[in-house]
Amino acid sequence: MDWSFLLFSVVKIFVVFSVVMTMVAYAVLVERKVSAFIQDRVGPNRTTPFFAKFIPVLGPLLTRWGIFQPMADALKAILKEDYTPGHVRKIYFWLAPAIAMVPALLTLAVIPFGSQLGAQKMVIADLDVGILYTFGIVSLGVYGIVLAGYAANSKYPFLGGLRSSAQMISYEISMGLSVIPIFLMVGSLNLSDVISHQSGNLFHWHIFQQPIAFFIFLIAAFAETNRLPFDLPEAETELVGGYHTEYSSMKFALFFLGEYAAMISVSAMMVTLFLGGWTLPFFGLDQPATSLGMGLLHILIFLAKLCCFLVLIIWVRWMLPRFRYDQLMDLGWRRFIPVALANIVVTAAVLLFAKS
Amino acid sequence: MIVERKELSLAERLYLPAVVNGFSVTWRHFKRTVFEGRNAAKETSDGYYPEVPWKVERGYRGAPYLVRDQEGSTKCVSCQLCEFVCPPKAIRITPPGPDGPPADRDNAEKMPKEFEINMLRCIFCGLCQEVCPEEAIFLQKDYSLTGLSRAEMIYNKEKLLSLGGTHAGTQKWRHKLDEARAQEAFPIENRPAAH
Repeated sequence: MDWSFLLFSVVKIFVVFSVVMTMVAYAVLVERKVSAFIQDRVGPNRTTPFFAKFIPVLGPLLTRWGIFQPMADALKAILKEDYTPGHVRKIYFWLAPAIAMVPALLTLAVIPFGSQLGAQKMVIADLDVGILYTFGIVSLGVYGIVLAGYAANSKYPFLGGLRSSAQMISYEISMGLSVIPIFLMVGSLNLSDVISHQSGNLFHWHIFQQPIAFFIFLIAAFAETNRLPFDLPEAETELVGGYHTEYSSMKFALFFLGEYAAMISVSAMMVTLFLGGWTLPFFGLDQPATSLGMGLLHILIFLAKLCCFLVLIIWVRWMLPRFRYDQLMDLGWRRFIPVALANIVVTAAVLLFAKS
Repeated sequence: MIVERKELSLAERLYLPAVVNGFSVTWRHFKRTVFEGRNAAKETSDGYYPEVPWKVERGYRGAPYLVRDQEGSTKCVSCQLCEFVCPPKAIRITPPGPDGPPADRDNAEKMPKEFEINMLRCIFCGLCQEVCPEEAIFLQKDYSLTGLSRAEMIYNKEKLLSLGGTHAGTQKWRHKLDEARAQEAFPIENRPAAH
């Protein structure tokens, strides 16, 4: 056993986990602020911890921006009564939030979030089957929701669970099919190879080379993360809260964190697959870093791209109304799957001609 | 009735124009709130809610309270129509019964011994006000009812009357009362002799 490998892996896992959890907390804040601004409101602007008074100018400003709000949210989630209704199936009820949360975090293991810091590659597990692993784990995410719907043993969660199982399974197909052209072009399933394939020129980014694949992946990503316009499993207006109707306190918070962590991991996937990951095609930023500063810059570039996607996902939620269930299924099965299949065939044909 | 469903045009089916449209609308509002500092609270009021209470417009359906008439007596005659009509069954009236205390005003047969509204159940629908033949209960302007316990949120007659205040409307049976009083005061000696 290589001890330094173990040590560095643990450090990376710890850092990635804490960064992701912070991002989740602040993604919630951004969501609340963006929704407020779009609806002519001001959003959370009051949470003032005791020490904010002692910061001269910045304290009130941070308070107005709601910077302390996530702390209050977390405190509330922890301190609330964790109520288990009498009619639920206890084991599944306890299991479901964890199962909903864990896959979202696991997918982050294969994402290269930077090039190199010193001799360390900035990826937790540089798997050769990176994307296969991701899809395998992502498809586990649906179990959390289905189990929650089943365990709650009441009608709204049950409907939510049913909807989510149908929705996530159908969109997984188009999601999986949409990225195959990328791997035809790259010739490897390793996500680091995908990134190096996109270096050199802005138009090497797969978003420009495979716009259709990107489009389908983006929309399937909305469906996979249960975000509007495809939030049918949750559908507050018709199903109360869908699969998490019966949950409270920390268990509900786990679903919530899971949703936002899934948003982050799916955005990370999109950045890696289509937007060139940590690279930028200027100033030699598309080559693995040789110095510590460059390495940090690469991580920042990755995070910036990630945040763009997060804002996009959040913005869309306040922009589009929810799809009807049959429209959702129609879009998935009768539009995206044929288009994705055609895209594979065309890409393969073009690659074949280019070779010969 | 059968609603004709229009065939959607290609642009509508593509959904993309709707996305562009949606973005322009949301961006307009976002820009207005973030860069121009305008928001609903500023436009419609002097500030934000808890500090600057919301101005309640006429016709708002707030909490239902009992009212007194101009002379300070209870208008409610314990007919229990509101209790009967209340959809969430938030109202409970205890009538005085045969040996209960008499009404505190003339020409009313009775008044409720106890009148309770459970504000946790009340849905502010206004049916009680609508059904009341005596104009004794009105939905008033209170919209922020709070309490520390469930028991505290059940308002009794005393509380409802003190919150309700006086209603300056018509006194429905006033002319009857006046007539009755006039009758009593009418000097019999002066009455024209019967034929």
